[in-house]
Amino acid sequence: MSGGYDVAIIGGGHNGLVCAAYLAKAGRKVVVLETAKETGGAAKTEAFAPGFKVSSGAHLLYQLHPKVIADLALETQGLKLVADDLATVALGRDGEHVTLRGGAAEGVSPEDAKAYEELYARLLRFAAALRPMLSQVPPRLGEAMGLNDKFALAKLGWAIRKLGRAEMREFLRIVLMNVADLAEERFESDLLKGALSFDAVLGCHLGPRSPTSVLTLLYRLAGEASGRQGRIALPAGGMGSVTDALRRAAETAGAEIRTGAAVTSILVEEDRAVGVTLDGGEAVRARCVVSNADPKSTFLCLLGPRHLDAGFVRRVHNLRNRGNAAKLHLALDGRPEFTGLNEAELRGRLVIAPSIMEVEEAFNAAKYGEASPEPAMEIVIPSLGDPSLAPEGKHVLSAIAIYAPYALKAGWDTAKEDFKSRLIDRLCGYAPKLKEQIVAAELLTPADLEKRFGMAGGHWHHGELAADQLLMNRPVPGAQQYTTPLPGLYLCGAGAHPGGGVMGAAGMNAARQVIAREKR
Amino acid sequence: MPLDVRQDHYKTRLRGTPFHERTAALNLNNDWQRWAGYTVPNSYFNVELEYFAIRNAATLYDVSPMIKYRISGAEAEAFCNRLVTRDVSKLKPGRVSYVVWCNDAGHVLDDGTLFRLGEREFRLCSQERHLDWLLDCALGFDVAVEEVTWDIAGLALQGPTSCALLRRLGLDGIAELRPFDHRDFALDGHEVMISRTGFTGDLGYELWMDPEVALPVWDRLFEAGQLHGLRPVGSAALDLARIEAGFIMTGADFVPASHALRHTRGRSPFELGLDWLVDFGKGHFNGRRALLEEKEKGSQYCLVGLDIQGNKAAPHALIYEAQSVEVGQVTSAMWSPTCKKNIALASFRRPYGDSIRNDLWVEIYVLKELKWDKLMARCKVVDRPFFTPERRRATPPGDY
Repeated sequence: MSGGYDVAIIGGGHNGLVCAAYLAKAGRKVVVLETAKETGGAAKTEAFAPGFKVSSGAHLLYQLHPKVIADLALETQGLKLVADDLATVALGRDGEHVTLRGGAAEGVSPEDAKAYEELYARLLRFAAALRPMLSQVPPRLGEAMGLNDKFALAKLGWAIRKLGRAEMREFLRIVLMNVADLAEERFESDLLKGALSFDAVLGCHLGPRSPTSVLTLLYRLAGEASGRQGRIALPAGGMGSVTDALRRAAETAGAEIRTGAAVTSILVEEDRAVGVTLDGGEAVRARCVVSNADPKSTFLCLLGPRHLDAGFVRRVHNLRNRGNAAKLHLALDGRPEFTGLNEAELRGRLVIAPSIMEVEEAFNAAKYGEASPEPAMEIVIPSLGDPSLAPEGKHVLSAIAIYAPYALKAGWDTAKEDFKSRLIDRLCGYAPKLKEQIVAAELLTPADLEKRFGMAGGHWHHGELAADQLLMNRPVPGAQQYTTPLPGLYLCGAGAHPGGGVMGAAGMNAARQVIAREKR
Repeated sequence: MPLDVRQDHYKTRLRGTPFHERTAALNLNNDWQRWAGYTVPNSYFNVELEYFAIRNAATLYDVSPMIKYRISGAEAEAFCNRLVTRDVSKLKPGRVSYVVWCNDAGHVLDDGTLFRLGEREFRLCSQERHLDWLLDCALGFDVAVEEVTWDIAGLALQGPTSCALLRRLGLDGIAELRPFDHRDFALDGHEVMISRTGFTGDLGYELWMDPEVALPVWDRLFEAGQLHGLRPVGSAALDLARIEAGFIMTGADFVPASHALRHTRGRSPFELGLDWLVDFGKGHFNGRRALLEEKEKGSQYCLVGLDIQGNKAAPHALIYEAQSVEVGQVTSAMWSPTCKKNIALASFRRPYGDSIRNDLWVEIYVLKELKWDKLMARCKVVDRPFFTPERRRATPPGDY
């Protein structure tokens, strides 16, 4: 048995590391227990073929919280960006494409360009109103509402009211509506509409016509890179370099990090979390436990329903956390050619979502447990700007594909190879010579993501980002403020507010709660 | 479970119980009551006479509609302990326990009886249906929960002569059955489980059997009961007996938490006078954290027995302190023929009814030939049960 820790953190994903760093900085004795051989969770750079490395989970930085970067001095710990303002290139047939960077749209009519600029500015304003919520403990509603909760709720209300009467009205009109309607109100370009709707549904069980898909878009735009809201960044050395910097920040602050230490259960004594047990039987005792694992794994597997009330268990059990996105990695023996794209455009974020209808039709299959016949994809070729990822002259392509339902009717064991070649064929529709360049290919289905990263349901965000599972409802009422019904047990992962993406805000907010509630 | 119950239930508005053929023939008043999808007699011939039969002879009450769940598996005991507030590990096979179970907020979902049929098997009887809750409680436990309401017919045989009646039927060992014991007996070759339980606060038994043998058992009981004054009784008479016994009834004296639209309508065991049912020492159970907090901070309500001046029953009456401040409400009330008292169960906003018990008044409205008479009757808080005869607990029971 080892012990004497103030805090034991289950999981060394980015939020676990952020939380550890903050707690260690506050003088707490912290241990991070990570199952895998490396920290990083789903924000990792891994080799998938000899000489080829790639961000094996998340591959773009949308919203690493600026406060986390500053507080933990991540830039001195080695965080470096290859690009901090990636353009989005919506691919069309025969080399036709639309390029979006910030509010500027190229390749569309002047009317569309103007409308896009307006909409983008407006969405940024709306997202900015939500943004302060990201670094806040969300309010608790109902009977138990305290003064802090009322203040937090009032602040959110005020942020929306402050938009002005007309803008607030527009905000309230669109916030819960579907992105297809929003796009069709304004634009004529199918590629533009397709790309916008893709951004709204990526990683969620939503189609462009699903209600609340605008909300997820706003969520995405609430982030920032290099101090500019809504930007997309690419970290040098892949996503693993972000978590490496976080790990160094945590270790510098004094946190102990143990890898290859799989937590099998949370120790409970006198109705309080007092540590964890590891695979192999070792008990690690601590004054409190913070879980970076997803809520279902934390409550139903590690803690166990018998320590919880049935109403709470019911809510956790019903949490929607079935992933819908797969990850494709290709090792290429040359620089890929996408029809009609120049070098600068190729270094951007390529999107295959030719129209709203095509994305919606891709989603139709997912509703019934089938993989999309014509999946939509987000592609980056990080090796173009970051030679460390592939041997000289060679490249890696990293893509997220939707929709690939976790609970595939046919089962992923049998359908995986077929889906992989479907994705490669889909890519070849835009890069005809790609197939001959492939040296190695790896597909991570939600089932693989679940296994590799320990995320129940293989969901990138540890649970759907939907109106009923956001803010004070995230992950479920009763655990919405990083605290849980079990005294001494906290959540710090993407399952908690504000949710997924390599953001670190959940870890930061959770640390604040632990510091406030747990005496030293 | 018969298929028609599952799939064609909508075709039959209310079902008859396995005893319906007999109860219908005896129901001279044609006075029926709905109970959990069944129709059962509210009264047969005269509520008062039926009530007196409970206290002076023997009575049969059809409890077949009672909701019943079979709980079985290696972790059946752990599951029950997680469900209810009492320590089920103390319940031995062959025993029955009165239990309540709560939601996360510590508010009572229902009360009922838990029969321990074996090391790994229990039967839970309750007023309301709870299958969804029970199944959610079962997540993570090696246990199976199934509703068996349809599979078991039930009869409450209650009254001073009930034991003598069963002895006449040749049920060896029936007299040795202590309160809350249960045992299997053979009655004319039919297997009948008999528990010394009931809702009358009197000497009495409950008989549980396969619906197939319901009618022969009923007939045998009536045949043997002739000399013991056996009468069928309906829900109205039973309700009088249970108020005298001081028993609370789900839906009457508290709103089950799952039915309460307003969160504040839920009641904890402490607020229902059921403190003795809550065991904090047994590990986690549903509502434990909320109940511990309530124990520390104090409860908002209390449920007590009242003795009210006069002889006018006061159902649902408001209660005032000093005839001016509203402090509570009567939940069940009656003129008790046995106690010769005007009794009631009432819910108070604490500290009224708890530490403040002086100067309490009940506002009673009486309709006299289409004219309301309003009276303020003084009341005092008294111990429950209002009526508890020695024969209720005596083992072996006397030969009445």
